[in-house]
Amino acid sequence: MQPVLRLRGISKSFPGVKALSDVQLDLYPGQVTALIGENGAGKSTIVKVLTGIYQPDAGTIEIDGRAARFPSADAAAQAGVTAIHQETVLFDELSVAENIWLGHAPRGRFGLINRAAMRDGARRLLDGIGAKIDPDARLGDLGIASRHMVAIARALSIEARVVILDEPTAALSHKEIQELYELVETLKAQGKAILFISHKFDEIFRIADRYTVFRDGQFVGEGAMAEVNEGQLVQMMVGRSVDQIFPVRDRNIGAPVLTVSGYSHPTEFADIGFTLHRGEILGFYGLVGAGRSEVMQALFGITTPSKGACKIAGQVRVIRSTAEAVEAGIVYVPEDRGRQGAVKGLPIFQNVTLPSLGAVSRAGFLRMADEFSLARDYTQRLDLRAAALDQDVGLLSGGNQQKVVIAKWLATKPRVIILDEPTKGIDIGSKAAVHAFMAELAAQGLAIIMVSSEIPEVLGMSDRVIVMREGRIVDEVAGDRMTPETLVRAAAGLAVAA
Amino acid sequence: MKLLRQRETLLALVILASIAVIATRFPAFVTPHNLANVFNDTSPLILLAIGQMIVILTKCIDLSVAANLALTGMVAALMNGAGVPLPLILLTVVALGAVLGAVNGLLVWKVGIPSIVVTLGTMTIYRGVIFLMTDGKWVNAHEMTDAFKALPRHVILGLPVMGWVAIAMILIFAVVLTRTALGRAFYAVGGNPHAAVYAGIDVGRTQFWAFVISGALAGLTGYLWVARYAVAYVDVAGGFELDVVAACVIGGIAIAGGAGSIWGALLGALFLGVIKNALPVVGISPFWQMAISGTAIVLAVAFNAAQSRPKGRIILREASQ
Repeated sequence: MQPVLRLRGISKSFPGVKALSDVQLDLYPGQVTALIGENGAGKSTIVKVLTGIYQPDAGTIEIDGRAARFPSADAAAQAGVTAIHQETVLFDELSVAENIWLGHAPRGRFGLINRAAMRDGARRLLDGIGAKIDPDARLGDLGIASRHMVAIARALSIEARVVILDEPTAALSHKEIQELYELVETLKAQGKAILFISHKFDEIFRIADRYTVFRDGQFVGEGAMAEVNEGQLVQMMVGRSVDQIFPVRDRNIGAPVLTVSGYSHPTEFADIGFTLHRGEILGFYGLVGAGRSEVMQALFGITTPSKGACKIAGQVRVIRSTAEAVEAGIVYVPEDRGRQGAVKGLPIFQNVTLPSLGAVSRAGFLRMADEFSLARDYTQRLDLRAAALDQDVGLLSGGNQQKVVIAKWLATKPRVIILDEPTKGIDIGSKAAVHAFMAELAAQGLAIIMVSSEIPEVLGMSDRVIVMREGRIVDEVAGDRMTPETLVRAAAGLAVAA
Repeated sequence: MKLLRQRETLLALVILASIAVIATRFPAFVTPHNLANVFNDTSPLILLAIGQMIVILTKCIDLSVAANLALTGMVAALMNGAGVPLPLILLTVVALGAVLGAVNGLLVWKVGIPSIVVTLGTMTIYRGVIFLMTDGKWVNAHEMTDAFKALPRHVILGLPVMGWVAIAMILIFAVVLTRTALGRAFYAVGGNPHAAVYAGIDVGRTQFWAFVISGALAGLTGYLWVARYAVAYVDVAGGFELDVVAACVIGGIAIAGGAGSIWGALLGALFLGVIKNALPVVGISPFWQMAISGTAIVLAVAFNAAQSRPKGRIILREASQ
């Protein structure tokens, strides 16, 4: 059988990151191909290449054996490739029919939009996928599952031949997932080629005909689902060469600093309990959306847990705001530097002193000399490369911005520092500097929580690893059990290997 | 910071160049006496621009400043008519202005209404209150005491008190903005509200204080305005809020928040002030003044956009997975 879509030798680099390196992918008509890989394997990048959002640096795309180029999202849609994303991009204020036909609405006389044809077409498409949705309903009034149905109807309205489902079940209930499976069967029967991206092994085995595995932006293997088992897939996902070296640490773990018990949140996580010690690096591993960042934000006072207690240095503390968290000695370096970390427009030194303004003030007035010396102190320790400390932080590279954000929090002299994806999207050199610095902080007695989705980093840096899945702690791994297989299995909800 | 300074230097040069051009034809315009008058005349705009600039720093806007000015000015005039001593009137107008600003601030902070909507509403309400208090009647010069009218016009070292008040407020708020935690919070909240939250700064409360400051300055200006022009009525300073916003925009205060300096606000106000005072001297119709102010705003915004546009293309905002 000839593939509908054939990718060969696709590479894509971003400054400091090689997102895709010489990967291949084949999609066949009437078949579901599962794309499998860890976070960071390059799955999202390939989807963006397929939908015309990114242009590959090298490689060829063929449709029905003919070379194709997708210079824009529109070109990809014209060629019949469409993606339904994790968070579907639709318009809340428009009707279902308008959403389905936006950009290619049926025209009537004088080139005006033919509303009747639009409504009838929408109804026909929705009926075709067995969705009972009123074409005149406002999209914002629909639930997530129905929005997915609308997105799929939209995909069919442009006569898509390749449908990409990017973690479509992440936000769905059990019943809605069953409906989605039926829908996928319908699409298969219509001869669509389907690319199915999921972290959940059970659904991959239930729904996919073929698999393709990526790892660290490279193609690892492909084949028929019937000829592979879970263990082999996990092996393909994680079996990697050791290409990163982590600092050797003197493990000097002291008394408990932070004890969390029974932390629960109405929607995000439940029954979280763990203990963190002086000088310890505690890793939090899990898939994106497992609730790790949400737990950390609750510890830092950004959200408030509905239940549970938190003890810091033996004292029970209630943390209702970030100011209280900082005062209790907990700081949080967020994952999203751009949004939550650096204040662009302010110079480096003012970013560093932002949570420590009391320490650099006298009689209510900020002392610039004190601000400079505090900022110099902490940025030097992190080996920050900047022309001057009064330079705008927005002009720094990602890695250096991360250092400024970490320096900002260290300057508050915390007991516990929470690092959320500390090296996400920064280059290898800066990564090594951040890792070395984490080791040094732990050696100085700071207790560190590191949320990371990169298995080598989790295993290389942590003393212990807590694995979360769907808002709960599912495993705590230390010593000999700290292997890639254990983490991936626990995070994916598979039985623990013997 | 360097770019900002350069930008302010540029604006100062533009103002000096305009004055120089005017001077070639009307030397009387550049006498110290006349320049002091121009500055004095621009003082209300400067005072309101300081407050507006702080509000804009926090990603908000205060359209109610001119109505606040009119209301506090009317209250000052009525108190004066009732025989209240001048120091008490001064305290009252500042406090009342702050309260009117606090109303805006609370609606933005606690109710979460966008500031443009809140202040569009209070702008109308504050003017409506004047009408309710006075039935639309004017308070004229002969109904004001001499002491009440004399204070802003009293000349010290060649500059009337109103001008000195503007200078004092510029100096005070220059210190507040650069040397206090609250000043830093204004920039942080506008520059990156999310990061400000993570740094333990209460975004809503910071915005609240910005409105209080803007309101207090409007209250103070309310007295100065009514006393100087010796008249108070419902439509005092009608539409003046747009001049105030224009001064900030011309002065390089980023309308998206987080960037700008008090010197920019000052220069933006002076630019408008020089144009307003020079055009009648040069014999150009005042209608040209509007066109020139409008052009200046568009040019300033275009200049801002060109400067903040990053060099090269941003291909990717976050590293891909």
